[in-house]
Amino acid sequence: MRIFDPHIHMTSRTTDDYEAMAAAGVRAVVEPAFWLGQPRTSVGSFIDYFDALVGWEPFRAQGFGVRHHCAIALNPKEANDPRCREVLDLIDRYLAKDRVVALGEVGYDSMTPPEDEAFARQLELAERHELPVLVHTPHRDKHAGTLRSLDVVRESGLPPGRVVLDHLNELTVAPVLESGSWAGFSIYPDTKMDERRMVAILREYGTERILVNSAADWGRSDPLKTRRTAEAMLAAGFDDSDVDRVLWQNPVEFYGQSGRLDLGEALEPAAASFQGSSVLRGEPGE
Amino acid sequence: MTAIATARDLEAVFLTDAPEQALAWLASARERVSRNRYELPSVFAGAGRACGRTPLIDGLRTDEIARVLILAWLSWRDPEPLMDLYRWGDADEKHAVLSALEHIELDGAAAVPIVEDALRTNDTRLIAAALGRYGAQHLPDPAYRHAILKCVFCGIPLDSVSGLPDRADAELARMLDDFVRERIAAGRSVPEDVWPILARFPSRSR
Repeated sequence: MRIFDPHIHMTSRTTDDYEAMAAAGVRAVVEPAFWLGQPRTSVGSFIDYFDALVGWEPFRAQGFGVRHHCAIALNPKEANDPRCREVLDLIDRYLAKDRVVALGEVGYDSMTPPEDEAFARQLELAERHELPVLVHTPHRDKHAGTLRSLDVVRESGLPPGRVVLDHLNELTVAPVLESGSWAGFSIYPDTKMDERRMVAILREYGTERILVNSAADWGRSDPLKTRRTAEAMLAAGFDDSDVDRVLWQNPVEFYGQSGRLDLGEALEPAAASFQGSSVLRGEPGE
Repeated sequence: MTAIATARDLEAVFLTDAPEQALAWLASARERVSRNRYELPSVFAGAGRACGRTPLIDGLRTDEIARVLILAWLSWRDPEPLMDLYRWGDADEKHAVLSALEHIELDGAAAVPIVEDALRTNDTRLIAAALGRYGAQHLPDPAYRHAILKCVFCGIPLDSVSGLPDRADAELARMLDDFVRERIAAGRSVPEDVWPILARFPSRSR
């Protein structure tokens, strides 16, 4: 089974996670830029974070045979902080990079005027760089926030098929699919969505334009939820090609619109070359 | 040690072995940056998706060689824009800047700060690229010795770095000797490539 996790925050995860993900079939990931739990206080913190997303994190992932790409953006929560907003002037340069396959996460947190401005301005950048967009839908007031996000996307003139609205649920999936955009689902241990409910949604809406992710980060989350969803699909009567469609082909198709996805040849962990104080310390059995 | 002596050699390999699309991209990239030097950062950033990433020679891939050839083709009386490309580069762009240093004319040690930056990372490709001919020529002795020790520590083969025949010395041998003792005490393996250096600088205490 090959799995592409289209939304996971590996910066917050350990090498144990990379090992377990690789063993479970995860061969590629996209890490969208978001907040870190602890608020940033300056633009410099964003620069270091973005540099890690295009530098250290792909290197870390490669050691375990996982292909790492990222999405870059100012997230909606920190768009409200005047100390952080200036990063909008800098992300243009990151959006030009080879491994940046989308703009994201953008969208709404509390639906404030600064969030409106940052959202609209970044959609213009996505248009200029011909990048897909990952839209985070708010945890609070989700239904209204999702509809408002769809309006903003419509007004931007971006093709709806180049946008995914993420963290959806039973109440928000229909308007997103009807708009022509992609529907993303974050499978969490007990909050946003679980694998059983996900299977029911796939039964009702089919497998087209659906992305399933773990959105694993620094909170209670599980980087193997993509695999668990695949298993739940099989147990419910979906076949291998349905699973491959949802967990591999769909993310490849969505992010492939960037023209920058680099899945390369078969990825083998390059364990032997990374020792010492690097990521993989020593060799097994040494 | 690289088999490529000059940027011209590198270009010959590229012209022979790189795909058509990469050749076309290099030509248009050079034209764009010669028309407007300020386009260099965005042109430089997009080499991977335009040229592909096929390994061609000395561990360098099509995208990296294309980047090196753009840099080698420009003049760098002011090294600041080169430092800027490194500073804002992703790992591949940083690697290309480091690989280009030996192919471009720079004012002496102007680029040493980025070599030192790369040596502080834990990215083995950046560390190896920092120890090309430029790094070997300009790093002060203590920094060069520590860089070699770091290579051994990280499993970077010493035949991929420059300068050892000239710059290995008794102090480097002492550092490697201590490293070997640590490894043996820990019951771990010792990389083969330390032995020739230890043999060149035998110590009475060993």
